Amino acid sequence: MTEITEVPSPFCGIGTDDLTIRVDGVTLQVAANGCAVNTPAFEQPLTDSTPRIAGQAASLEAAVTKAAQLLRDTRQPVIGGCATDVNGMRALLALADKTGAVVDNINFNAARRNLLAMQDSGWMNTTLAEVKNRCDLLLIIGTDPEVFAPRFFEHFMWNEQAMFLESTDQRDVIYLGKTPAGKAPVSPSGKTPTVLACDDADLPDVVAVLSALIRNQPLQLETVGNIAVSALQKIADRLRQARYGVVLWSAGKLTFEHAELTVQAICNIVKDINMQGTRCSGLPLGGKEGDYTANQVCGWTTGYPARVNFAKGYPEYDPFLFDSQAMIANGEADALVWVQAYNSMATPPRTDLPTIVVGRSGMQLEHEPDVFIPVGTPGIDHAGHVYRMDSVVALRLKKLRDSGLPSTAEVLNAIEQAL
Amino acid sequence: MLIKLTGGTVYDPASGVDGQQQDIYIQDGRIVDAPKDGRPVDQEYDLHGKVVMSGAIDMHTHIGGGKGNIARTLLPEDHRADPVHRTHLTRSGTGHAMPSSFVAGYRYAEMGYTACFEPAVLPINARQAHMEMGDTPIVDKGGYVMLGSDDFLLRMLTAKKDQKAINDYVAWTLNAAKGIGIKVVNAGGINAFKFNQRKLDLDEKNSHYDVTPRQILQTLARAVKELGVTHPLHVHGCNLGVPGNVDTTLNTIQGVEGLPMHLTHIQFHSYGTEGDFKFSSGAAQIAEAINNNKNITADVGQILFGQTVTASGDNMRQHANHRFASPNKWVCMDIECDAGCGVVPFKYKDQNFVNALQWAIGLEIFLLVEDPWRIFLTTDHPNGAPFTSYPHLIRLLMDRSFRNDMLATIHPEAQKMTTLASIEREYTLNEIAIMTRAGAARIIGLKDRGALAPGNFADITVYTENADRQAMFAKPDYVFKDGELVVKDGEVVKVTWGTTHIVKPDYDLSIERELKPYFDKYLTMKLGNFKISDDEISEDGRGSLTTHPLHIGV
Repeated sequence: MTEITEVPSPFCGIGTDDLTIRVDGVTLQVAANGCAVNTPAFEQPLTDSTPRIAGQAASLEAAVTKAAQLLRDTRQPVIGGCATDVNGMRALLALADKTGAVVDNINFNAARRNLLAMQDSGWMNTTLAEVKNRCDLLLIIGTDPEVFAPRFFEHFMWNEQAMFLESTDQRDVIYLGKTPAGKAPVSPSGKTPTVLACDDADLPDVVAVLSALIRNQPLQLETVGNIAVSALQKIADRLRQARYGVVLWSAGKLTFEHAELTVQAICNIVKDINMQGTRCSGLPLGGKEGDYTANQVCGWTTGYPARVNFAKGYPEYDPFLFDSQAMIANGEADALVWVQAYNSMATPPRTDLPTIVVGRSGMQLEHEPDVFIPVGTPGIDHAGHVYRMDSVVALRLKKLRDSGLPSTAEVLNAIEQAL
Repeated sequence: MLIKLTGGTVYDPASGVDGQQQDIYIQDGRIVDAPKDGRPVDQEYDLHGKVVMSGAIDMHTHIGGGKGNIARTLLPEDHRADPVHRTHLTRSGTGHAMPSSFVAGYRYAEMGYTACFEPAVLPINARQAHMEMGDTPIVDKGGYVMLGSDDFLLRMLTAKKDQKAINDYVAWTLNAAKGIGIKVVNAGGINAFKFNQRKLDLDEKNSHYDVTPRQILQTLARAVKELGVTHPLHVHGCNLGVPGNVDTTLNTIQGVEGLPMHLTHIQFHSYGTEGDFKFSSGAAQIAEAINNNKNITADVGQILFGQTVTASGDNMRQHANHRFASPNKWVCMDIECDAGCGVVPFKYKDQNFVNALQWAIGLEIFLLVEDPWRIFLTTDHPNGAPFTSYPHLIRLLMDRSFRNDMLATIHPEAQKMTTLASIEREYTLNEIAIMTRAGAARIIGLKDRGALAPGNFADITVYTENADRQAMFAKPDYVFKDGELVVKDGEVVKVTWGTTHIVKPDYDLSIERELKPYFDKYLTMKLGNFKISDDEISEDGRGSLTTHPLHIGV
């Protein structure tokens, strides 16, 4: 048995890299600094390691050959999931380029809310170390960071020392929209966050009112979404008084129509505060299971985030048209490759199309695909790189055990070569 | 295989060869002496009437790193207008202002370039820079690691740590981030912006740290020199784009007290405040200062008219300039107590007085700096213009009548504010070879590159002599990379993978005793996970590292 320290995690999105993991053969145990997200993801037992063709055990070589055969004469294959590491995405994009496929990240519909806002007007954002050392006011809109990443507050708000705060206990936390589920946002001395809760459906109006208050627009109404406008005025004042306010949101939690407009309103609040002589920054939560990795690698490889179509021989980007689920449902695709190296619960959409699944060992498939190839998980079975939530920091993932499982990159490269 | 390039007209300033007809032999990736043993030549290229230079080197181009990917993501409309098809040899992608990484590599090679250097590698984002450059085919690459707004350095300076300790930190960072030089962007200014300072002059203190930009520049310039790093401190000055910043730039030159310093995209730092529009050219003063101070080198950062996107570490100045964003969208980021970035799309217009004069100022600097070994051809890609405009820029420098024709079309008030029409100088082919090859290799510290004498790597570009220099430089006949023919008639015929150039200055390991608790307490990554290992560059089977010598005591 060995113990590996300073292990980075691809699972929690906040770039945790202080895990201690005991390795006993292929069994992993998180010995220190685990959490409700990371511990089960690392400790998940290794089960199947044999590829299957139509449910029958097959060699890797045979499975790769069969996959290539299924893709060879397709006109519009789609590659969904796209949950892997940098090298996995490199191989995935090379395969897509060669086969004229759609590349569509599993979380793109959530990421789209941010991307549409960013591509329309831009934003002013920050990264986790700046939050850790500078943030004196955290405004959380429509989400609960503790649910997303259990150690968010421990790492970045209640850290023992911050470079530019006398005490991290000075920080103010405001929840706008959600009520915190647990105690993580309570400061070490017991200071509780200010909570202004509303229904998700009212969040666009609430954010719009806050935005108007920051722009000093006259308002007639007194409440919005059961929140007093005077309470929102206090938030506006606090943002103006803060030294380094941070406004946090989670695109995945804004599950109403045209949420990109709410993201844009949030980003514009941040810009407006900066124009009024105070620093303020946005912080979008996300980055789990390689979703920002997919956008980053697709970004430098094609110029676009991870919803592109190579069918014309060059990448085209359309955040709506190339939704792989919709394409499958509408009969616009003729084969599916599903790539999911992190989460064995995240299975492909139900389809009768020829299907190749490149998935984490132990994936429970309701519908046996034509080809299933179990692959190693980045950061467990092989080294790799993955981006965390700020899209700036790429973690160097470690190999923790010898499982013999191939990496996503090895499998997809082999399929590309076999075409 | 022995390759012979026969009868070309060679411009190899590193060897003092200025337009002589010479044969060149290539074997195993290097240029070799003519075989004396009568060995047969395996392949011969008849280059009579052709111009032969070493492969061009772009010493300042934003080809890798987070801000570039932000720029790409921000402008899908720019990519849609320039789709690049897959071929049996090459990957698909997109081009124009901020091309996809594969397209950047192909297009550089197709223009005769064989090496590109990313000038703004944030240590915390260095992995990304190397990964993007790792997906940039054919050309060699390398990066200058950004320091000067990182809190660790500013804490050291505030605590009056000695130069030796600073040197250790600089050397440690160069090793950890795998760079070949050190860059400063708006010294201390990116940091000051986080404390809500909106401008920072050369002698203005950071509101939190007891430190001025001048001190940062002096300390880092000294560190670079004492560590023996060949490339001088690479400086993006204070007050970028601010009318009147010519005085800041002149002060910066004086303030570095004779230490080697490279002033990058100096065009953006050469503005006066004269005239009706309170915006004028400081090019003559800047050129005079460069001419008189042999420790100073510069690249121009020429602007050319059209749509582009500016991507910079200087979020203080980018935020101030966001009101000029065209289209009107922009991104600023504070990054990891390390640095920041700002991405602002720009459309430079010849009928806009300021843009027109910026164009003229860049050209004035090119033409008034006398020593081509100390001035370099850049557009600060993509900030002044995409790198694909270099052939046009070369024509502007080499062809006075073309230049004056262009000058006659720009904003009339700008024409009155520039001396460009009266400047007779036309760059020679030898001078172009100096500023884009021999000089660039020398200033970066590249051993065995940028020259055609036996022993050098066979990075070679062959052009057909043409009075239209734009046409000539846009489409080389042949490009050899490490002895392999990679481009023929301006098109990629073979895809290879260049090396990554680095330096590895020594440092006292005890610096980690200070860094480790700093990382644990304040940063969000463990020190051990921060350092980039060699296999991260090479594990894909394509990348490699080439370590260049230091010049201790020279």
